[in-house]
Amino acid sequence: MPSILVYLLRRILQAVPVILLIMVGSFLLIQLAPGDAVDALVGDMGGADAAFVERMRQEYGLDQSVLVQLWRYLVKLAQFDFGWSYVYEQPVATVLMSRLWVTMLLMVGALSAAFVIGVALGTLAARRAYSLTDNVISTLGLIFYAMPSFLLALLMILVFSVKLGWLPVSGIKDIGAFHTGWRLWVDIARHLVMPVAALSLIYMAFYMRLMRTSVLEVMDLDFVRTAKAKGAGGRRLMFHHVMRNALMPVITLLGLQISTVLGGSVVIETIFALPGVGQLAYTSVIKRDLNTLMGIIFLASIIVLVVNIVTDMIYAWLDPRIELQ
Amino acid sequence: MQTPLTRLLSAAGALALALPAFAQETPPEVKRGGTIFSHIIAEQGVLNPALRASTGVYQITGKMIEPLIDKTYDGYVGVLATEWSSSADGKAITFKLRDGVRWHDGEPFSCDDVAYSAMNLWKPLLNYSSTLQANLESVDCPDPLTAVFNYSHPMPLALMVAAMPDLGHPVPKHLYEGTDILKNPHNQAPIGTGPFKFQEYERGQYIIAVRNDDYWRGKEYPYLDRVIWRIIPDKAAAAAALEAGELHESPFNGLSMADLERLGNDPRFDMGTKGFENNVAHETVEFNLRNPILADVRVRQAIYHGLDTDFAIKTIMRGYAKPGRGPIPSAGGENYTDDVPTYPYDPAKARAMLDEAGYPADANGVRFKLRHRPAPWGEYTTLWSQYYAQAMKEIGIEVELLTNDTPGFLNGVYRDHDFDTANGWHQFRSDPAVSTTVWLRSGAPAGTAWSNQFGYESAEMDSLIDAAAEELDPAKRADLYHQIQRLEMTDLPVIFAIEHPFIGITSKKLINHHNTPRWDSSSWYDLWIDE
Repeated sequence: MPSILVYLLRRILQAVPVILLIMVGSFLLIQLAPGDAVDALVGDMGGADAAFVERMRQEYGLDQSVLVQLWRYLVKLAQFDFGWSYVYEQPVATVLMSRLWVTMLLMVGALSAAFVIGVALGTLAARRAYSLTDNVISTLGLIFYAMPSFLLALLMILVFSVKLGWLPVSGIKDIGAFHTGWRLWVDIARHLVMPVAALSLIYMAFYMRLMRTSVLEVMDLDFVRTAKAKGAGGRRLMFHHVMRNALMPVITLLGLQISTVLGGSVVIETIFALPGVGQLAYTSVIKRDLNTLMGIIFLASIIVLVVNIVTDMIYAWLDPRIELQ
Repeated sequence: MQTPLTRLLSAAGALALALPAFAQETPPEVKRGGTIFSHIIAEQGVLNPALRASTGVYQITGKMIEPLIDKTYDGYVGVLATEWSSSADGKAITFKLRDGVRWHDGEPFSCDDVAYSAMNLWKPLLNYSSTLQANLESVDCPDPLTAVFNYSHPMPLALMVAAMPDLGHPVPKHLYEGTDILKNPHNQAPIGTGPFKFQEYERGQYIIAVRNDDYWRGKEYPYLDRVIWRIIPDKAAAAAALEAGELHESPFNGLSMADLERLGNDPRFDMGTKGFENNVAHETVEFNLRNPILADVRVRQAIYHGLDTDFAIKTIMRGYAKPGRGPIPSAGGENYTDDVPTYPYDPAKARAMLDEAGYPADANGVRFKLRHRPAPWGEYTTLWSQYYAQAMKEIGIEVELLTNDTPGFLNGVYRDHDFDTANGWHQFRSDPAVSTTVWLRSGAPAGTAWSNQFGYESAEMDSLIDAAAEELDPAKRADLYHQIQRLEMTDLPVIFAIEHPFIGITSKKLINHHNTPRWDSSSWYDLWIDE
């Protein structure tokens, strides 16, 4: 079996107990929060009598002990049955699948934009260190880093939607327009411009600052001096020698920040009314929709583990000294 | 004698007088078609008002599923019922049903649907209604258009009629019978008789209802082609959507008060409480009488004297509210009275009463401490709790705010009774027997939300509540409720401090908007858009 497959198999097997631990720990932690889904439901309804409350608890299986609930949940999870959403009155898998693509578009869009632009600007700033260009880029980076994403989002809405009317305020598509084909995707892209920008700018600032420092450090190292002495210069020196090494800490940060970006998407999805997993997570916590929340945690754990494995593989690709074992 | 000139002037004068009247009386020409975009803050898991008595549900389903009776500014009017009457002993209530009504799937509406809904949903499954219909024994259908509700105890007709707009929505028997009612797919894709038919619910995004071409009021209704509800949880984003023309209305305080005031001054919008008169709530201060300090009525009365409700109305509700006068709001009609004991703002008197009750201030000016749970129902409850804490400080009571989310609040207050004081809403639902007296009646098991969280026990109150629930004479019934109000305002297990309707903001392009006291829950059959 090729070594890469052995490596992948081992990492996946290692992930199973990690996921199990996360799920059991999360299940028990959620139980510490006061109240349950029926309390939240009754709160929404503005009142209910004792018989109604009791019947709903039986219906949802919340009248059982925590351990019985946990065991039942794990048995179902082993069969990839995520259970029933109390809030959406649908299977959790259906709810998650209808939301996941929005969050993936938002996260991939935001991280890609942040990474590409951040790395490019960081490299440019390092190459022209202490010049006007460097100062402008660094100052902008500081501003974006310091500005909370929700404030940026609201300012963008005010300028680009309310005042200029260029971009839609909220949602993932024009409701009632019933676009299909490429028109639908253009419509979705228009709706994602501001959310992606609002979510990505802070990470762009991170990557820019880190890349600038990293490039400056690498440019002082012996092997770069040697490469220069051997006649390497310009783009070859920068892309082949400097950037390839300078990218390592940025890649590390990117891998670590997946869960943070997922957290950030909660705020952005709420402000822009994007029907994604972030908004779903927020609603599930407030409504004590245990099954949905556990489904989201499971999904998030898988995403983080996959990204970590991919990050490790990228290390090996970028730096031949690192071996996948 | 009239000259030609005077005749001409008289004619001109008459014309001048007639013209404005003509202009007022001629209704604008209705424009048909178009789509309304309405704002909702939260998802609704169930779109069936016969399973969920909730304003958030009515706001959507009101366009698709109609009640037997609705409430207008002219009083209660028949929708799916045309007449109603009661037997002399009050144990049988008869509804005559409307002929020629069809469900959205084409099947005829009849008494069978009403009987099935009442016995299988309203009585056993619908919140609030299960208490209201506790004594319902059967529903007879002597003919397809007559439904007779039989009760084991007298049911006041006025109570039944008042409850019907919220708690009287039939569902189609042919789609529910023999199914698991709670998991019936039509709970998410409703089939009703209303002017709009359910089309699509995209979770987290929108709900669409389209014109019902077979509506019983006639082919001309409804005027609109579609109604779309957009789910926007963030109030600031909703305000921007309204401003950018992506929404036509945001009801039930869907925007912050600051944005409501700002956009209310914008000539493009109508803002106010009109159309929400039936959705009145009280801001409360709820006492845990298990606490020996608060068990002393003088302390509770002193706390009331320490609250400047006029200040709170002006600053928190921006004037869109009035002081409460006990458990029944002024929207309660004949059951309301303002002839009750009151406790005007008087901090000096409050301090004196607390001294007299045996709680003098210590060297730091503190008499005692209270742990307070504010309900997380929104802007009003949060600000009111903060004001309450400040106001109590003025009279020497230190208040610790224990913030929590909805399940935390309900558990802390109703199940664990882990609070000294709390504040939330008491939402009045047309009749005190539906929504209000359950707060004051003893005997509810711990953990039942909105039922005597105070630990208040009064034999006199219990007997008044029970008598009012079965009193058939409207005048005597009203008198019993007046007595309940006075007794509550004397005993003060809870301060119903401020009475406020909800506030909405609507584009002026909408014509016939907010023309009933529960407009956002009504069918919008006559609503049209001028664009």
